[in-house]
Amino acid sequence: MLYFIEQSLNGVQLGMLLFLLAAGLTLIFGIMDFVNLAHGSLYMLGAYFAATFAALTGSFVLGAILALAATFVSGMALEVIAIRPLYGRDHLDHVLGTFGLLLFFNELVRLVWGPAGMTLSLPSEMLTAVQILPGVYYPAYRLVIILVTMAVAALLYVVVMRTRLGMLIRAGASNREMVGALGINIKLLYTLVFGLGAALAGFAGLMQAPILTVQIGMGENILILAFVVIIIGGIGSIRGAFVAAMIVGLIDTIGRAFLPDLLRLVLSTNAASTLAHSLSSMLIYMLMAAILVFRPEGLFPAASR
Amino acid sequence: MSARLEPRRATIVVLLAILALIPLYAELTGDPFAITLFTRVLILAMAAVSLNLIMGYGGMVSFGHAAYLGLGGYAVGILAKEGVGSGFVQWPVAIAVSALFALVVGSLSLRTRGVYFIMITLAFAQMVYYVAIGLDRYGGDDGLTIYRRSQFGGGIDLNNKTLFYYVCLALLLVSIYLTTRIVNSRFGLVIQGARSNERRMRTIGFPTFRYKLVCFVIAGALCGLAGALLANHTDFISPGLMYWTRSGDLIVMVVLGGLGSAFGPLIGAVTYLAMEEALSRVTEYSGLIIGPALLLVAIYLHGGIDGLLRGARRD
Repeated sequence: MLYFIEQSLNGVQLGMLLFLLAAGLTLIFGIMDFVNLAHGSLYMLGAYFAATFAALTGSFVLGAILALAATFVSGMALEVIAIRPLYGRDHLDHVLGTFGLLLFFNELVRLVWGPAGMTLSLPSEMLTAVQILPGVYYPAYRLVIILVTMAVAALLYVVVMRTRLGMLIRAGASNREMVGALGINIKLLYTLVFGLGAALAGFAGLMQAPILTVQIGMGENILILAFVVIIIGGIGSIRGAFVAAMIVGLIDTIGRAFLPDLLRLVLSTNAASTLAHSLSSMLIYMLMAAILVFRPEGLFPAASR
Repeated sequence: MSARLEPRRATIVVLLAILALIPLYAELTGDPFAITLFTRVLILAMAAVSLNLIMGYGGMVSFGHAAYLGLGGYAVGILAKEGVGSGFVQWPVAIAVSALFALVVGSLSLRTRGVYFIMITLAFAQMVYYVAIGLDRYGGDDGLTIYRRSQFGGGIDLNNKTLFYYVCLALLLVSIYLTTRIVNSRFGLVIQGARSNERRMRTIGFPTFRYKLVCFVIAGALCGLAGALLANHTDFISPGLMYWTRSGDLIVMVVLGGLGSAFGPLIGAVTYLAMEEALSRVTEYSGLIIGPALLLVAIYLHGGIDGLLRGARRD
């Protein structure tokens, strides 16, 4: 039972991270109708920036803030230079262009930071375990991730649902031409949205950095997971992204934790562990395929599309 | 007379001539690596040709096409490991397995549209990728070495690099010929019609789903054969063959060469892989150049390189 609680929390944590990535992706998708394969690169950049700035300033929090600003600026610069000319084009042109960007960023990171990965060490107070329930201990930093990402999700909700910028974002998602016709600077709006998406991806990367090694290509696997999330949730829907991220995070983590034991009941130990490894990685893809077969537009299709 | 000198046709003729002479070049310069490189180019071009059939003509953007390369490769590898060395068994099995997988994937995926289709094909490819990782007996994550290439008897030895090269070239040309025949047939016209306006095609009485599914299966089978060739070429297969970036590479080749053009995938594969190889000899950081180059192609070259050649004709 304790193990189950711990794994569920891990699942929530993965889900929150996926939500950060997916929120940006689904905004960019929903509003600009743009397929961004380079979104994982921004996640990677966030982690590298955080590791670098934290080492420079000697403070994890300061490094994180600087990294966040850096990914926001990088995202906007990327949008102006490379993404803007591709709006309104075929999705395949987006795939080609952003696949090129992905190759570019991988090599750029290798050039700047070298082929070896980096590590980002945490302040000592985050290394302890916290007692969350009587007898249940959980690493402090993972709790921090859950709480901070939840705060960011709430903030995002407020921005999108309660501010003028959010209103424009939602309006842009449902009818681009009309927003432009009403005199809104749609170019600036797009740049801001892309920067926001980049910052969210960078934030996910930097929060994850102390847990994983910061390395080249770290964004590629999680990018696909984020795509799975936005497809399950329905493109353009932030609420859908949140629900889907939670589902994917929990299913993936709990599958990994409990499938080996389940399979061991019917199979030999060795066979069970390898089968469980594959099967747990496949679970979310099976889920996505199943959902798409029955609901071809995701769980929460954005109303106007 | 002028029709014969148009840049598009000239490029294709020159390209084919170069490809036909690569073994001779390798022989003369004593540089066997040229054969190895271009065998790989031909095989991946064949995979790109199959992708172009569904993506370029049918508008079905499959982001999981590398799965068929992997399935074909694993069919050869697994049969070889289990002692079935005959190519007359291995290759048909590779084709059949890929076709069957395409049938399953297609019948589920073709219910969705647009980006959802892109992503569901990707999901199926990822599933196969993880299945391959779980195949402990066949190397799991580390992959599987193939100790004997497919046996065909009658003095046909695929270990002979020149012979294998020409086998690949011949199969590539056959697959290009087949796709043009398919595309220009009544069947192919239905497929192309469904790409531009599926509702209209259905309204005038074509069951487009079935047509598209058959097209999807043909492409899968063809790519499975390319996978069988690839396994024979590298003597090694691993799940990495099916990772999503490999599918991305195939899309890049097709779009770079020219979507919906018979020789486009070949032009794209040659350009992409030759560029990669040439740059990697000059710099360690080839991606810094290839990446922006792809971006520029996406922004400025409508219709890829083939579109450029077509446009040059009009000027």
